[in-house]
Amino acid sequence: MRFMDPDTDIGGPLHKFPVTNHSAIVNARSADQITRQRALETILTSYWKPVYKYIRLKWQASNEDAKDLTQGFFANAFEKDHFANYDAGKASFQTFLRTCLDGFVANERKAGSRLKRGGGMDHYSLDFAAAEDELASHAMTPTLNPEDYFHREWVRWMFTLAVDAFRLRCLDSGRTVHFQLFERYDLSDDNADISYASLGQEFGLEPATVNNYLAAARRDFRRIVLEKLREITATDEEFRTEARSLLGVDVK
Amino acid sequence: MKWLSDDRLNHLRTIVSEPDFSATKYKNVKELGRGGMGAVYLAEDRELSRLVAVKVLNTPDITDDLRRRMIREAQIIAGLEHPGIVPVHDVGTLPDGRIFYAMKYVRGSRLDEYATQSVSVNDRLRKFQAVCDAVAFAHAHGVIHRDLKPQNIMIGSFGEVLVLDWGVAKVLKPQIDTDFVHGFINENHDTSHGTVIGTRDYMSPEQARGETDQIDERADVYSLGAVLRFLLTDKATRTAKAICSKAMAHAPESRYASAAELSADIGRLLDAEPVLAYRENAFEKVGRWVGKNRFLVLLVLAYLLMRIFLIFTSRP
Repeated sequence: MRFMDPDTDIGGPLHKFPVTNHSAIVNARSADQITRQRALETILTSYWKPVYKYIRLKWQASNEDAKDLTQGFFANAFEKDHFANYDAGKASFQTFLRTCLDGFVANERKAGSRLKRGGGMDHYSLDFAAAEDELASHAMTPTLNPEDYFHREWVRWMFTLAVDAFRLRCLDSGRTVHFQLFERYDLSDDNADISYASLGQEFGLEPATVNNYLAAARRDFRRIVLEKLREITATDEEFRTEARSLLGVDVK
Repeated sequence: MKWLSDDRLNHLRTIVSEPDFSATKYKNVKELGRGGMGAVYLAEDRELSRLVAVKVLNTPDITDDLRRRMIREAQIIAGLEHPGIVPVHDVGTLPDGRIFYAMKYVRGSRLDEYATQSVSVNDRLRKFQAVCDAVAFAHAHGVIHRDLKPQNIMIGSFGEVLVLDWGVAKVLKPQIDTDFVHGFINENHDTSHGTVIGTRDYMSPEQARGETDQIDERADVYSLGAVLRFLLTDKATRTAKAICSKAMAHAPESRYASAAELSADIGRLLDAEPVLAYRENAFEKVGRWVGKNRFLVLLVLAYLLMRIFLIFTSRP
């Protein structure tokens, strides 16, 4: 038996958002150019910001150098197909990528300013200014080592991307109220005085309806987070391990 | 994109890990506890209007084969009908792919909480014997618990003893109609050789070495010995310590052969009978006999004292 409030469904007759079952890590090895290109874009989208921040903090790079190194790292990895060498049996993709990044930055440092200001590499449209603002306003906790910091920022970025995807899907399906409630109750740092009743008054809904809408929103948000995770893991085992890391323990 | 603070990040993580019971007959009431394998929630069974404990395992995505195995083995655990084994009511899959199973919600205190109360040694031994009996029942049905510890034992409101969390149980015998020699679930989702299952302080050496295909009833006997050691602490008599030592022997063949044998030795200890685990000297035998027949000894002593008194007072 299925208990579901019809008002809480988002995303069509199957009551679900479309599920993305493919893995960008697997597709990065695809012989099909378009599939491969999409996979690489997904990897870039999922990792560029933690990579940039990690370079800034671990390698003490200036913001301009960190921008070039971030661009250069992904351009080099895509061009030379580095991600196709990933072996899920040895480490998580996140660890593999970070190890590649350390090697890349170390080599670039040895080679001098080869990458400076473009260096002939592809350029991706990335919002480095936002990343820099975040670095300026939220300093790294002194107790974190760079690897833990990278992981924490990756987790933060994954959830940020999931929130954005959820927002877009809510807009597409005309469920803006669901997202607004979610934003007010679950995303806002300033929500100490917010209750279902006060939200109900504000949105003209019964508290029980607010409860139902929020439950549905959280359910769909959960699905999106897992979809995102599925996209950037190569195997079931890695997916489960990362899911435990993402969901099962406190974020460091 | 909005910056997510650490506080909001942890909040979202909690939201995502909270179970979605919408497709089940359960309604989440609150989280009861969380461990390495999953979390336990107090939930309301909306069909029967009763509270149940629902364990949701940390597996957002599992294969069909693993799901079938887990459900099959939950059925086997559910078949263990014994007053000392918490009944499993239901097993299923949440919309996000996680497996859950619903159990009786036991009101009371965990054995580790119970042990902090001022309870006599004999009462502790009686509770422990009840645990042994429940485990012995499971063994008789070919099921090894593999994670016995005070946190997995409940003392109910009426003093009843219940063994919980059969989530990593291993099914041994083909007589219960299964070919699977696998755990119900563990963190790695299989129990192939080399996988360590259990809790370090209560785990037998063979479990700690990951020798899952070597594990039999005696692994649980070891864990029971560790539970007994926890219960008795410094109050242990030499005989009780000997029982602990035998149960926790490094080599399985040096332990009690079964939980039933351990239970019987606890029974003998409670009845002041000689136990298998300890060879007494003559003084200890006399001491135990005196302890067991304290009333008779006191009576004889009183009689003798009275006679002596009469002898002295009746002299002219």
